[in-house]
Amino acid sequence: MTNPLPASVDETLELLQRGDYVAERSLATALYLALKLNRPLFLEGEAGTGKTEIAKVLSATLGRRLVRLQCYEGLDVASAVYEWNYARQMIEIRLAEATGEKSRESLGGDIFSPEFLIKRPLLQALETGADGPPVLLIDELDRTDEPFEAYLLEVLSDFQITIPEIGTIKAEQPPTVIITSNRTREIHDALKRRCFYHWVDYPDAAREQDILRVKAPNVPEHLSRQVVGFVQRLRGMDLFKLPGVAETLDWAQALTQLDRLELDPDTINDTLGTLLKYQDDIAKIQGSEANRILTQVKAELSAAHPA
Amino acid sequence: MVQDTSDSQPDIQIDGGRLSANIMHFARCLRAAGLPIGPGKVLQALEAVEAVGIGNRRDFYWTLHAVFVNRRDQRELFDQAFHVFWRNPDILKRMMALLLPTLKADLKQEGPEMSRRLAEALQTNKPKPGEGDGGEQDQEIEIDASLTWSDRELIQTMDFEKMSAAEIAMAKSVIKRMTLPIMTVPTRRFQLSHLGRRADLRATLRQTLRSGGDVIDLATKRRRERHPPLVVLCDISGSMSRYSRMLLHFLHAVTNDRDRVHTFLFGTRLTNVTRYLRYRDIDVSLEKVSGAVQDWSGGTRIGRSLHEFNRVWSRRVLGQGAVVILITDGLDRDAAEGLGEEIERLHKSCRRLIWLNPLLRYEGFEPKSSGIRAIMPHVDDFRPVHNLASLADLAKVLDHVGPRRHGGMARWLAEVASA
Repeated sequence: MTNPLPASVDETLELLQRGDYVAERSLATALYLALKLNRPLFLEGEAGTGKTEIAKVLSATLGRRLVRLQCYEGLDVASAVYEWNYARQMIEIRLAEATGEKSRESLGGDIFSPEFLIKRPLLQALETGADGPPVLLIDELDRTDEPFEAYLLEVLSDFQITIPEIGTIKAEQPPTVIITSNRTREIHDALKRRCFYHWVDYPDAAREQDILRVKAPNVPEHLSRQVVGFVQRLRGMDLFKLPGVAETLDWAQALTQLDRLELDPDTINDTLGTLLKYQDDIAKIQGSEANRILTQVKAELSAAHPA
Repeated sequence: MVQDTSDSQPDIQIDGGRLSANIMHFARCLRAAGLPIGPGKVLQALEAVEAVGIGNRRDFYWTLHAVFVNRRDQRELFDQAFHVFWRNPDILKRMMALLLPTLKADLKQEGPEMSRRLAEALQTNKPKPGEGDGGEQDQEIEIDASLTWSDRELIQTMDFEKMSAAEIAMAKSVIKRMTLPIMTVPTRRFQLSHLGRRADLRATLRQTLRSGGDVIDLATKRRRERHPPLVVLCDISGSMSRYSRMLLHFLHAVTNDRDRVHTFLFGTRLTNVTRYLRYRDIDVSLEKVSGAVQDWSGGTRIGRSLHEFNRVWSRRVLGQGAVVILITDGLDRDAAEGLGEEIERLHKSCRRLIWLNPLLRYEGFEPKSSGIRAIMPHVDDFRPVHNLASLADLAKVLDHVGPRRHGGMARWLAEVASA
């Protein structure tokens, strides 16, 4: 089942909402542009702010296939684009030898035909299926090395891939491309130039509250307010790794699993590991500091929502 | 440069061309402010605006934002420019017109300088091509060559601090030609090689087909090698001022010698000057650097600067096993407050931490200052940097492929043994 592309920024917002993704209007604008003008969307931001999620939501709400390319150092063409099925090719040669039917030329032509081709994510993404062009997620691009980044330039600007033995394969309908980066290194300007750019920031309190409401409906309202208040304060502090939205969700879920209806210092100390991922940070917050933040949050909440 | 290009309006016209012209002016204004915006971007912006429509101001803002902003640190500039420009585009046009004379004045200033450099270059070239007569000329060149050689020998060991202007010029030219050997580490990628130990099936099959499938000659591959990123943190405070100038020349040479070099300068604050050092011309490069750095020859806050590096940059530039060179004399204004923790963090997140200290040249140097004592336990290498010879020595260190955190590990073992 394929859904039509959104026709305006508002419709894009609705689309994301249908996929349980609470987005800011700025993100929806960038996404709408990427969909409308068939250009990749380059998302940068801290870990855990929901960059990868956008591609998943798009694929679900548009009813399109999600092709995911997880990048890592040493990713090469053979595992990202295509590879020849050597074993089958060898067998084919042996068979031809045994039967002695084929001439060398036709054999050469045969074993480099598409049936011996193993398609990897990038090549798969150029194929338009029954459900329309797929959503291609190139995740954590900053983890690959520069040569691969350069290879992507052809794919992303023309949506085509050149295989020497077969020729150039071009997508009938360009896929929707989402690229994410955690900024462990700088991505080259040449690549960024071909994309629409958006910095995915930590949400503000109201939006984070909305996200919790949508993503973790079983968490009581009162608790989720406290959780959001606490996390928002942590983000203002000088920590090595600030907690992302994913961590907020984890924490809220963990607290619910522990049957807590309200934050208290002991619970915070016991569950801080779901929120902070560096020992230095945990040591800094644990104990009196957590207590201090909690008192502030509670005071703030009782002022905003008098019981 | 700012010039009138009203005759080259793009084809796409929205709102009778008025809006498209404004977008073009806006793009040029951003370009003048330093954002990397080419003509392609302007067309892209027009397309984008046409797609979204200009129903409300907020959408319009984010539409242009998605096109023109490329990096996080450009957001601030874009935001300001947008609010100034789209309130009243005419203001900016008038401002640009006002700016024009000063720009021209700048150009004029630059003019004679360029021509002087050109003249110098011509003068030095003049005697070299032989002007007909043989023997005498040759002899002169010979003497000349020996002279430069001995000069260079002298300069090798001369302290940067005591050099005369002419000697500095000589040292600069030596630095410019100096290259560091590139330490390499194996990567996860492979390349075809006769010396390789793994069979490359793909290449084997190709070669086999070439010979018609009769002979199967095994092709081999080996790991491709690459040098790890080099990150330089250089102190430019008052106590280092005499050295830092020479070091900048050195950094420029290194940056242009290889890729994946990141350079930061710090005094009381941290500045990333990598992009400026990429300009091929050293003069242009240094001019850009001095424009970007706001704390030349001031105090030093090593701890705070390193803290900023660890927070903002470390995960972006220290990936893939970077080698860090820290150039500082370790004299800290903040009495080494928080320096220990930061240097430890830095040491833990890189392959090797090399500390270059100009004070080390003095015979009786003792690590007495609190800053130096805080840094000492966390470096893998500690060496002087005050003359060309010591810079060349640095090459030896960089050439050595040490295991990650070599020094740290050795120290840890020593601690365990002594406990």
